[in-house]
Amino acid sequence: MSNTTEKTYTRSHEPIFWGLFGAGGMLTAFLTPVMILITGILIPLGLIDSKHLSYEKVHLFATSWYGAAIVLVLVALPLWHTLHRIYHALHDLGIKRGRDLQQVFCYGFAFAVSIFVFTLLLQMF
Amino acid sequence: MNASTITIDILRYRPEMDEKPFTQSYEVPYSADLSVLESLQYIKDHLDSTVSFRWSCRMAICGSCGMMVNGVPKLGCKVFLRDYYPKKVTLAPLANFPIERDLVVVMDDFIDKLESVKPYLIPEKEKDLATGPHQQTPLQMEKFKQFSMCINCGLCYAACPQYALDKKFTGPAALALLARYNRDSRDNGEAERMKIVNQEEGVWGCTFVGYCSVVCPKDVDPAAAIQLLKVDSSKDYLIGMFKPD
Ligand code: SF4
Ligand code: FES
Repeated sequence: MSNTTEKTYTRSHEPIFWGLFGAGGMLTAFLTPVMILITGILIPLGLIDSKHLSYEKVHLFATSWYGAAIVLVLVALPLWHTLHRIYHALHDLGIKRGRDLQQVFCYGFAFAVSIFVFTLLLQMF
Repeated sequence: MNASTITIDILRYRPEMDEKPFTQSYEVPYSADLSVLESLQYIKDHLDSTVSFRWSCRMAICGSCGMMVNGVPKLGCKVFLRDYYPKKVTLAPLANFPIERDLVVVMDDFIDKLESVKPYLIPEKEKDLATGPHQQTPLQMEKFKQFSMCINCGLCYAACPQYALDKKFTGPAALALLARYNRDSRDNGEAERMKIVNQEEGVWGCTFVGYCSVVCPKDVDPAAAIQLLKVDSSKDYLIGMFKPD
């Protein structure tokens, strides 16, 4: 049945993590600086009225279905991005032991926090 | 007449007599138009005939004179002493390859990698000679031409930190070569080659450091080829979820 001359190839599951990594990287690169600019600089300097980011307004946003979706995506994707990078950085640093465990820890952490944020948002409704 | 000289340090290793590699210094008359390869030839002709190194074309075409020049993978015939003078030039065999002798490295693994990606046209069906040549538009050719400019010098493997960590990684030049055939309109072997691409040792061993494309003397941009293949591999993964083969 098996052809001895043809090599066996094992498909990697990396596309899933690479996809999340890429999407998260895109968000991190484009949106994080804007968010830091608004919340960390423009509002403290009084260039934007802090009323726009009052607790009531943010709560209202986070409890709308689209607001909740945006918050979830903004937290979860950069997290997947970061932990994917950390996982590969461990390899780059030559830490060969327990790659499986490293993988479970890294992606497990991203997964757990994503679920945590998801439930947090759900119970706010 | 300029009588100044430049120091050239060479990492030497002759397996039959040296226990381990060591550095030997040579003083070579400096001239601005002397390439590093020519300075090696000067050393071999006038100072020390035992120094070994590979070369052939002297014009960045054959790909045989790859070496580490001050720690950077370069073609010896494409870098000049003027780029370093008055500092000294340090030459070492290409990184990430076993040393065969002095600046000569064992390229076997590299050649095996190139052969492993099915680097030949796999047509849908044999074309009768009588039907004439395959037609290709300039646009179709543009899709792969850049990736076909590789001269197999191996500089990108010396530059690749992932190949350094794991020799199973297919590596930049071989993956660029694979992309070259996958992107050719005359080829129909993509499905076969995607199996190579989809592996951990395929494109997924790459973390997009990009140094391969920096050192490539032919602007092949293997890093771009690999990123394009990652997109293809992701599509292939999605399709594979619904249509397992
Ligand atoms: S891709 Fe560039 S650096 Fe790599 S072997 Fe080909 S020509 Fe050399
Ligand atoms: S001697 Fe041919 S590439 Fe340098």
